[in-house]
This record gives sequence, structure tokens and C-alpha cells, in this order.
Amino acid sequence: MAALIELSGIERVFQLGDSAVHALTHLNLTVDAGEYVAVMGPSGSGKSTLLNLLGLLDHPNAGSYRLEGRDVTTLSPEEQARVRSQRIGFVFQSFHLVPRLTAAENIALPMTLAGIPPDERQRRVTRALADYGLANRASHRPNELSGGQRQRVAIARATIMQPAMILADEPTGNLDRATGEDVMRLLEELNGQGVTLIIVTHDLVLGARARRQLHMEDGSLRRDERTCASPT
Amino acid sequence: MRLPDLIGFARGAAAGNPLRTALLILAMAIGVAAVVVLTALGDGARRYVVGEFSSLGTNLVIVLPGRSQTGGFNPGNAITNTPRDLTVDDAQALLRASAVRRLAPLAVGTSEISVGGKLREVMVAGTTAEFIDVRRLELAQGRFLAAGDWRRGANEVVIGAKVREELFAATPALGQLVRVGDRRFRVVGVMAATGQGLGMNTDELVIIPVSLAQAMFNSNTLFRILVEAHSRESIEPAKTQVTDIIKQRHEGEEDVTVITQDAVLATFDKLLGALTLAVAGIAAISLAVAGILVMNVMLVSVTQRTAEIGLLKALGATAATIRTAFIVEAAMLSMTGALIGYLLGEGGAALLRQLYPTFPAYPPDWAILAGLGTALVTGILFGVLPARQAARLDPVLALGRR
Repeated sequence: MAALIELSGIERVFQLGDSAVHALTHLNLTVDAGEYVAVMGPSGSGKSTLLNLLGLLDHPNAGSYRLEGRDVTTLSPEEQARVRSQRIGFVFQSFHLVPRLTAAENIALPMTLAGIPPDERQRRVTRALADYGLANRASHRPNELSGGQRQRVAIARATIMQPAMILADEPTGNLDRATGEDVMRLLEELNGQGVTLIIVTHDLVLGARARRQLHMEDGSLRRDERTCASPT
Repeated sequence: MRLPDLIGFARGAAAGNPLRTALLILAMAIGVAAVVVLTALGDGARRYVVGEFSSLGTNLVIVLPGRSQTGGFNPGNAITNTPRDLTVDDAQALLRASAVRRLAPLAVGTSEISVGGKLREVMVAGTTAEFIDVRRLELAQGRFLAAGDWRRGANEVVIGAKVREELFAATPALGQLVRVGDRRFRVVGVMAATGQGLGMNTDELVIIPVSLAQAMFNSNTLFRILVEAHSRESIEPAKTQVTDIIKQRHEGEEDVTVITQDAVLATFDKLLGALTLAVAGIAAISLAVAGILVMNVMLVSVTQRTAEIGLLKALGATAATIRTAFIVEAAMLSMTGALIGYLLGEGGAALLRQLYPTFPAYPPDWAILAGLGTALVTGILFGVLPARQAARLDPVLALGRR
């Protein structure tokens, strides 16, 4: 299987006043397409920085990042935006829905930004709403939805462009256990369909569900564990 | 992003903060309304004055005795500075000029008019039958002076509306004998009331044949010769012909001043046109202020919407898309404000016309176009800076604020 992500020698340094903080130091990582990876570690270990980097929201100070065999660190901002639009879906801890848009409009937002015609958008949104059990919530605004519903809208939005990978930053952090479980099952189902899933969490139980766990500490990878996928 | 989506998105963003949107639109509206109303005032003043001058008569060339200073220094003036009289013969000679349609000599003086026991001081105009046509005046009753030899005139008088009212009140004036100065005249006509005007007010005038007026004031000279040219185009030829004829008759000396109504009009037109421009300039400042306000509010809006901008970037929006979205929003707000301001301004001008019916307060087309154009341009121009700010925003930082 071809590697989806190849990171080599990644350095990320933040300048905080006089001192330089090494958020990531000499990081090498390969992730294959279709993997289910949990990135774990205490706060400040660099896991969010890693996720931003993988999502092309941040740039490394050194090293190279190859996504699907293409070096994306040297792409222009416009091309990077296109890669984000076509290949990457984000799911955030605090959902990040646009409050003035309805659930359907929020789901359609990536397609709107990509300039997909309205009837095609309509078709895909209707199917996504049905798939995620939101059919009767289409015209509700985020503040009229429960936390679980909001995160389902966010996941529908992340998948609407059929990306190669989904980057989830503490996707259950703002949810109770039952709805969190619900959301995780949704994400894992997507992974089952072949979408690469990378989850950042400091919840060990949650991390243990992934087939591969990356433990980070002080900006570098401490352990890279693979648990055999339990056949279900 | 497709254009309808962009517009929809911008509209949603604008509607998401009604107070901000309302204030912006208000500022823009006030700016444009100011331009429209002030230029309507300025241009109204111009039209009013031009209109008043036109009511003096059209295609008018006026001959005054004496050389006025408009010609600059003339060696002839240094030697003889008492001009020759402008006589009835001069006036009659002007009839030879091909560009002249008709003309009326005018001698003016003050005298007393009395009838019964009533006596009143009046301005007496001595002229001929053509006067009423040249000046475009109207009669209320009777007829004007009879046409005939300018050198002889019947003892007839045409009185102004106010004079008639004061001397005769409700009793009929036509056919009555009145005394003007030391002569008796029969009233043959009454002028229609003209109301307020810039020119000579005929309401308080009594008009008698020019020969009798000259005899009454014991003078040969005329106050003016009013010449009407055939058309607008023949005003200039008429002016040169009139000057030439008078010059010939006055032994080669150009001792009269010939002014055209056009020249006076053009001066006023230019003067008040400049005034309108100046006023428009002042109003444009308020538009610029509105533009800066748009910029400020949009900048604040960028800071308030950092999270949203970061999200849009994460979802694949390019910097160009975000820039366009913000500019479209600024342009939309400006345009809405400008349109509302335009309607307000037109309303204000209409109100002015309602309050002062004689005052034609219509905003000129150029001012409307300039006002709307400036509003749109400032809105977009001042929208660019916030839009660039938004587009440059680092998505990580933007998303980091939870």
C-alpha cells in the first residue's frame, strides 16, 4: 500500500519572546492510506501542532511533508487551499460551525467554497443529512442542535468533499460519554470505508481504540505502537 | 466560489450583525443624501437665476449710453469722457440692422401721477408699442401704446397693476383721465401683475410714449435701447451691427455699451455652477468619512470573525475567496447605503420644491452619478484593507481562539 503521509525531519519552532520553543523536533512519520491513528500525549507535547501541519494549516521550519507522493510544503497558498479542500476533512473539538448558517448550509460550505453547482450540492447534502440521521434538522441553526448533532453536522461537513483523510482534534472533548461514543462510531465507520483517520486525544481509552497509537512528548515521537486490528 | 454564493454569503454575514450593518448603511446614506440635497440646492439656485433672467425677454441685446469699463482703456475716453446722448434717432437707425427683429427705446424718470384727490410718486417709462413684445410682458386690461411715429405720441398711458389698485381700487381704470407730471393722459391699458422679479418691476410703472416722456423730463437721451435679435444665433451679429451703426452716427466713437443677456446669464451660470461644485465637494467629504467608517467597521468585523475566517481556510477557502467575500460585503453595504441615501436625497429635494415652489431644486444628473459612484468606490476601496487583513489571517491562530 502506498504511503499517504510521509514526514521526514520535520522541525517546528515557535518564537515566544526571547526563547524559542521547539514544538516539533526531528519528526519522521509514515502513515498509510486507510490507517486509523491516534496521536496521544500530554498538553504541550506538540500533537496539535502535528495535526495542523498534517492539515496544511501550519508550515514546518524544516523537513518535508509528502502527501500522496507530492511534496506539499513547497506548494503555493492557493494550491494548499485546494489540497485542503479536496483531500482533507477537519473535525474540531468545539465543532466550529458557522452560527448563522443552517445545518444543511454548514454541511454544504466546503462545496460552496469550492464552487460546486447548487443542484449537485443539494443532492450531496440531502444524502449526507440522511446518512448522519439529521434529515429533520436540515434547517436548524447550530444553537438549536444538541452537542452530538453539532458534531455530526461537523463530520458530515468534513466528509462532504470525499477527502482522503480526516483529522479530528479531540472530537469527543465537548461531548458526554454516550454521544462521544456515537461520534467515534461514526468516524470509525468512515475509516472502515477506507478514509484515513487521524485523531488527536489525551484520552487513553479513546486512543486505545485506534489500531496505531503515536505517543508524543516534548515535540518528538516517543512510541509508535500498533495493536492488531481486532476483526469484527 | 460562485458569484450568487458569494453574494448570499456576504448578505448572511451582514444580516448576522444588524446593528453594525444598519450603522454602516446609515453613514453611507447620509453621505449620499448630503450630496444629492446640496447639489439640488446649488443647481436650483443656478436654474432660478437663469430662469429669472430669461423672463426679461429672449435674444435681448441692451444698448446703454456711455462706455463702461468693460472695454479696458481707450485713448478716446481720456479726451472726451462725456458721452453723446443716445437718441430716439439712434434707436430708429438701429432698425436698419439685418439681425435686429424689433427694438424699443426706453427713457426713464420719476414723476407724480394723480387722479381724483389721490397722488402717488411713480417711475415713468417712455417707450414705444414694441416694448411689450420685446420685454415679453402681458396686459391685464385694455391695450398697449398705439404704434405710430416715435416722435409724436398720443396722450395715452398704460399703468402697472399696483398703480391701478392704489389709484382706482375697485372702480374701472380704462378710459379715465390721469395727470402725470404736468400733462393729462388717458388710461388705455393695465399691465398684468408680474410679481417679484430681478428686472424692473412693471407693477409700479406707468408707461407713456417716448416722445412725451422726453419732453416731460426735458432730455434727449434714452436710458436704454432694448433690441431683440431674430434668434439666439443672431445675438452676436446684432451686437456688432448695433455697435457699428451707433459708432457711425457718433462720429466714429464707440461711446455706448452693448450688453447681451447671454453674457450676463453666462456669468451667473458659471458662478452658480462653481458654487454647486464647491457644495458637492463639501458633501463628498462626508462620503469619504462614510468610507473610512466602512473600513473601520469592516476591520472590527475581521477581528470578530477570526474564528470563522480560520474555519473557512481550513475548509479549503483560498485567500482570494476570503478577500472577495469581504470586498463583496463592503460593496454591498455601500451600495445599499448609497441607494437609500439617493432616495432620501430625492425626497429632501422634493420637500424643498414643495416648500419653495419657485425654487427648482432638482439634483443634477452628474451629481447623482458622482455621488453613487463615489460611495461605491470608497466602499470598495476602504473594504480592500480589511479584506486583505482577513485573507492574511493565520488559520491556526484563528482556529486557536475557542
